[in-house]
Amino acid sequence: MRRILKYLVARLLLMIPMLFVLLTLVFVVLRVMPGDPVSAMLGGHAPEKVIQEKKKELGLDKPIGAQYLEYLGQLARFDFGKSMILEERVSKPILDKLPATIELTVCGLLICLGIGVPLGVRAARRRRSGHDFGIRLYANVVYCIPVFWMGLMLQMILGVFLNLFPISGRVGSRVISGDFDRTGFYVLDTLFSGKFLALGDVLYHLALPAITLGIVLSGVFVRLTRANMLDVLKSDFVLASRARGVPERDVVYRHALKNALIPIITMLGLQFSTLLANAILTETTFSWPGMGRLLLERIELRDYPTVQGIIVVYAFIVSLVSLLVDIVYAVIDPRVRL
Amino acid sequence: MDKAQRDIGPEAARFSPAAGLAKLLGRFSAAARRYRIEWWILVAGILVIGFIAFMTVFPGIFTGYSPLDQNAGPQLAKPSAGHVMGIDNLGRDIGARVVYGARTILGVAMAAALLSALIGIPLGLISGFAGNWLDKVLSLVMDSVYSFPGLILAIAFAAMLGPGVINITLAVSVVYIPTYFRLVRGQTLSIKEELYVEAARAIGARRSVILAKYIFPNVIATVVVVFSLNIADAIMTEAALSYIGLGLPAGIPDWGMDLSMGKKFLPSGVWWMITYPGMMIMMLALGFTMLGEGLSEILNPRLQEY
Repeated sequence: MRRILKYLVARLLLMIPMLFVLLTLVFVVLRVMPGDPVSAMLGGHAPEKVIQEKKKELGLDKPIGAQYLEYLGQLARFDFGKSMILEERVSKPILDKLPATIELTVCGLLICLGIGVPLGVRAARRRRSGHDFGIRLYANVVYCIPVFWMGLMLQMILGVFLNLFPISGRVGSRVISGDFDRTGFYVLDTLFSGKFLALGDVLYHLALPAITLGIVLSGVFVRLTRANMLDVLKSDFVLASRARGVPERDVVYRHALKNALIPIITMLGLQFSTLLANAILTETTFSWPGMGRLLLERIELRDYPTVQGIIVVYAFIVSLVSLLVDIVYAVIDPRVRL
Repeated sequence: MDKAQRDIGPEAARFSPAAGLAKLLGRFSAAARRYRIEWWILVAGILVIGFIAFMTVFPGIFTGYSPLDQNAGPQLAKPSAGHVMGIDNLGRDIGARVVYGARTILGVAMAAALLSALIGIPLGLISGFAGNWLDKVLSLVMDSVYSFPGLILAIAFAAMLGPGVINITLAVSVVYIPTYFRLVRGQTLSIKEELYVEAARAIGARRSVILAKYIFPNVIATVVVVFSLNIADAIMTEAALSYIGLGLPAGIPDWGMDLSMGKKFLPSGVWWMITYPGMMIMMLALGFTMLGEGLSEILNPRLQEY
């Protein structure tokens, strides 16, 4: 236990330089690169005096070094500043929309693993057969489908033509989200407040976007599971368990798969950033009120403090997930501990 | 190995381009026998890319309409004999937009991949070869950027730079610099320990010579595979950027932009506006993925076991 704790502390310290680099990058992209947020926001014809006043108000008139220090200082206090357009703190819309994004990505990830891992195992067991070929084809094709087109196609076929699923929003008009909205995670909210009708509606709306995300990313996991399973199935302990007469099902799913899962967990951490990127596009396609749509809306409004805040939150999420993955990794594989 | 080479003889083979070609063909057919399915994946990839590349060079063969002509037919008309892919909401022929849109996406994706390779490869070489504080700093920066969702980075760049073909190329290329950096750095690290590099050092070769003549040629083989897969990725990033309206000014036909336009008419059952551009994006990305996959299986015999 102490060793895990030691590992955890070391890993947490490693997170700092990475976050620092990302935060600096965000600063460079949004503040140092050409493009003047204030004149863009006020339109091209605003008088010089107004522009200068607004700049002063936002602290953009100071030298770039001072701005950078102030920015880091603010972030250290988890203060994202105030919106440029609306009279609100930047953190407010972000906290409102974050649960929707997390709910979507987590469900997408579950679907992705639910499709990817079993298919990968099957392909590995029947290597070089029709099954294997078909599954590999699926993995490669799915990998090349742009996530937004996948969303549009599902909307078109299942939503518009067959009229099975709604194509936008988080809840329908029959349900009032205010009735159960406590944490913003609608699935959990409805579940814990016992509003099962609302839960049904929430899941009904979640289905298409989550399936879209899940299918598109499942290709990577099919390939990874297959490659790892092939490796593991060749190892001595598999041969030994077969020799001892362990049923084939148990050999594959209980002994081999457990060992093949370790690299899959690593991949999970790496693919999470792809998942977040895909979620932005899926949110756009399905009018899902999450962080991705907020980001694009605020970019259109040229509300730079909010845009900056959103990107910083994404950076936090990414480093947090990679931390989590490493911890899980240390727990299941004692060799990685310090 | 092959008949052509034996007939001409080794001396001739060294000088004549025809013999070189024959040798190459011989190798290719030998490869086709050896790799079977991987070979056909490679060939299919080349055919798809070749077809779309042909389309970008000779668009006139495939369509008689201009992609910007707003009087091509009645608005939102279904696909018919005259307009195989139908008409969009502004009266433009979707077939023509699909054909001309290939230019934009293929050009941007290839230029972006090339640009990030041109920046990432030298940085990776230097970083892996030097191995001092520079390596540490560069690795930290590149790893951090690599872990960050590429699309969000591209969105931030595109939003700051504003719409335009060059700007979208820059925004897409930023995302992939770490990919090349990490690959080349890793390869350089292992290659610089090889005996022949030590031998080169022992005979007093300059560092620049060692990098250029001993390490670089051995790194480039893996880069080729990644380059192809990278273009596939860049295609989807470009399409994503223009889909969310950050990429290109109006007036340049683009598949991603057409998709976002078509999305608005989807609830009323207009399927033809979103089907074809998306299918093209997928085909193009699939072409480059197949090319990369085929190449990687053939260039890395160790992967064959899988």
